Amino acid sequence: MKLKIKNWFDTGAPFVWLNAGAVSISIIMVVGLILLIAVRGLGHFWPADVAVFDYYAEPGDAPVRLMGEMVDEEVVSRSRAGNPGYEGETIQRNLIKTGNRDISGLDFRWILDAGIKNKAYPDNSMVVERREWGNLYAFLTSIELDGQQYNNESGNLWDRFQETITKNNGIYADIKHIEKDLIGAINYKMERLRLKERGLELKSQKTPEKVAALVQQREVLQLEYDSYTAELERLYGILNGSSFTAKTAEGKEIKIALAKIVRAYQPNAMDIFDKSIFYLEKFWEFLSDDPREANTEGGIFPAIFGTVLMVMIMAVMVTPFGVIAAVYLREYATQGPTTRLIRIAVNNLAGVPSVVYGVFGLGFFVYFLGGSIDQLLFPEALPAPTFGTPGLLWASLTLAILTVPVVIVATEEGLSRVPRAVREGSLALGATKAETMWRTVLPMTASAMITGLILAVARAAGEVAPLMLVGVVKLAPSLGLDGNAPFLHLDRKFMHLGFHIYDVGFQSPNVEAARPLVYATALLLVMLIIVLNLTAIRIRNSLREKYRAAEQS
Amino acid sequence: MQQNNPNTAKIIKAYAEEKVVTEPGTTTKTHAIDMSNIVKSDVDAKLADEKVCIEITDFNLFYSGKQALKDINMTIPDKRVTAFIGPSGCGKSTLLRCFNRMNDLVDGVTIEGNIKLEGNDIFDKNVNVADLRRRVGMVFQKPNPFPKSIYENVAYGLRIQGIRDRRTIDTVVERSLKGAALWDEVKDRLDDLAMGLSGGQQQRLVIARAIAIEPEVILLDEPASALDPISTLKIEELIYELKDKFTIVIVTHNMQQAARVSDYTAYMYMGEMVEFNDTSTLFTNPNKKMTEDYITGRYG
Ligand SMILES: Nc1ncnc2c1ncn2[C@@H]1O[C@H](COP(=O)(O)OP(=O)(O)OP(=O)(O)O)[C@@H](O)[C@H]1O
Ligand SMILES: [Mg+2]
Repeated sequence: MKLKIKNWFDTGAPFVWLNAGAVSISIIMVVGLILLIAVRGLGHFWPADVAVFDYYAEPGDAPVRLMGEMVDEEVVSRSRAGNPGYEGETIQRNLIKTGNRDISGLDFRWILDAGIKNKAYPDNSMVVERREWGNLYAFLTSIELDGQQYNNESGNLWDRFQETITKNNGIYADIKHIEKDLIGAINYKMERLRLKERGLELKSQKTPEKVAALVQQREVLQLEYDSYTAELERLYGILNGSSFTAKTAEGKEIKIALAKIVRAYQPNAMDIFDKSIFYLEKFWEFLSDDPREANTEGGIFPAIFGTVLMVMIMAVMVTPFGVIAAVYLREYATQGPTTRLIRIAVNNLAGVPSVVYGVFGLGFFVYFLGGSIDQLLFPEALPAPTFGTPGLLWASLTLAILTVPVVIVATEEGLSRVPRAVREGSLALGATKAETMWRTVLPMTASAMITGLILAVARAAGEVAPLMLVGVVKLAPSLGLDGNAPFLHLDRKFMHLGFHIYDVGFQSPNVEAARPLVYATALLLVMLIIVLNLTAIRIRNSLREKYRAAEQS
Repeated sequence: MQQNNPNTAKIIKAYAEEKVVTEPGTTTKTHAIDMSNIVKSDVDAKLADEKVCIEITDFNLFYSGKQALKDINMTIPDKRVTAFIGPSGCGKSTLLRCFNRMNDLVDGVTIEGNIKLEGNDIFDKNVNVADLRRRVGMVFQKPNPFPKSIYENVAYGLRIQGIRDRRTIDTVVERSLKGAALWDEVKDRLDDLAMGLSGGQQQRLVIARAIAIEPEVILLDEPASALDPISTLKIEELIYELKDKFTIVIVTHNMQQAARVSDYTAYMYMGEMVEFNDTSTLFTNPNKKMTEDYITGRYG
């Protein structure tokens, strides 16, 4: 028997099993994690049916009529359910989203399953997504357009309602465009003029001619501005001229301006095809829109944009820096105790908690460097800081120093793989060391550099803690890249997916509503990192293919 | 020897047309090499009559204190083929790598004595090493093409010199590849990676790469050690053709090869230059017993 076990060990089979087991567990965990966040996050956009029912909080109580989406259910012990009058050791309770926060004060409530009576899914139950106060669950009774009242006598009330919403949304988009882009640009130019004037003042070059020129420019802008405000007024007039009236499940009539709603739909009346289209629309909105209602509704486009932009700026900074450091360490420095010490330092740098980098970034980059830059280059804006405040540049730089060890180590590894023979071949043709590096060695190291960059990007995209100190905000008024010169605004604050997850999940006033968004955002962040990595891996593989033969010789 | 090989026959024929005389077989019986086949174009050449290309005086080299070359004194004649032979580890490569200062790249190397290329000390501190290496090209023991296209491999040296003109480069690439007897094999796939060539083709490619920049001296470190007989023969033919234009120094372990291609041969042993003479004398009538033992295969 003993011999048998020994034989079995000698075959090497136990190690194969051990390794296979470890690999399987890793794969299951990764796939499981992604599936979990995918299921939880992606389900959020599916239009759930809206139930209407009578609810008896205690048997024999007077019922309340409720309307909402079933979100979750759980089975709890009697005492945790608050010892209700219903029978049973354990009690099932359901989480329903009832919306109507403006009326009832809460969006979600836990109700006991046993207390639900007369449940129905009427086709005309309506969900209205509003720009404020969350969803409304009610039945449409009438709409009012420019003082004229329509109700459902001719049967086309719903269609008219949808038409108006579509039209209003178009107007709303125009308004947003004027407010954000056009007036935003004017404000930006005005601010520049103000800074210019202040700058002249500081340099005591404020001559009357220059001031006159500034005043003239300002007048032009003011005229433009006035024309926009007039247009805005007109658009708001149209928008505010329409409203609708709806009746909630309890029978309460409420009247809401149509301008305040994003969309209305009747999920119970939708078939699977309608729902799929609706799903795609919602998902696209999630990807492409700005957030609403303290980030718990709407999209996360600014966060995606901010993350990608920050990671790209970081990559642009970390690559040359890391590569130059690695080339110096491996190719030019005399190998000895000093280089060994530097290598140890670099490797340990990778193990420093990231929040420490955040503190360093805040102290050194933001206050010291940024403060000095403001003194030297932007004195006209003081005391308001330009670069002396957390922003895109400093966040990217902080992450660049956080990830530079990875790039250095990977590049060094790549440099050490370039065979001596190839270098000598180049030198023997009369190339200097620098020419050899540039024309032969570095191209052969490219795949290793990109490997380093992949690791750096993956780490940077997922990092949150240091960013909270050096530039991320809950809601950024404008993107880091826009149509106003100089187009890339490195001094601006930005939104970030990782921080968004934290913010929505833990800082939100409406945690229940936000939870699916946390999953969806997490999924998106993972996807983003996967996409970034896959792109880099493809580039690397094509390079590696080219140089493999040379490395082996 | 490959008497039945048509190429060998061709070389011999070519030699014959130049009224080359076959060595008298006086000592051949004691030789492992059948000297009757060894044909020389410069039978009467004597070292003293040659124009000097490289002059080495009292040269010593140490690898981190360990002596690898001892008191080398020799002159390498201009536009001739000089072969270095000797047992493994005797310092042939080391000496060869001194001529283009490749040993500068090795940590811990110290040298004594001097080497002159056309009268100028190559170790002088005013010498630009890159320029020196442009004048003294080198082909390594193992082919080491760059991971670039065939075309770019040959153009490399020109690009380093800052030549941009596509036409000039095209011409030089074609001429060099023809010079290295590779043109016909690769002319249709100049843009393919050089790694895709066979070992022998790669070796000729690096020779083409070396001659593209028209050096004065070409150093060949066992250029045929990894090649099949046909490729070897092609390279030997090539050496024969190149010697009109270049001074060639070749390291080889193959004594037939040394005998076939070289005008002068140096036998080295344990870092010392044991004997240096014109090839036919060295192979047929060596001065030293040690040399004779080595070339007759009694060494070791
Ligand atoms: N980089 C180096 N560092 C230390 N010693 C070296 C180095 N290169 C060569 N040597 C030593 O110098 C001596 C001569 O080496 P070299 O390579 O010149 O021999 P070789 O004659 O070319 O041999 P082979 O025919 O095997 O190529 C050897 O003893 C070798 O161990
Ligand atoms: Mg050697």
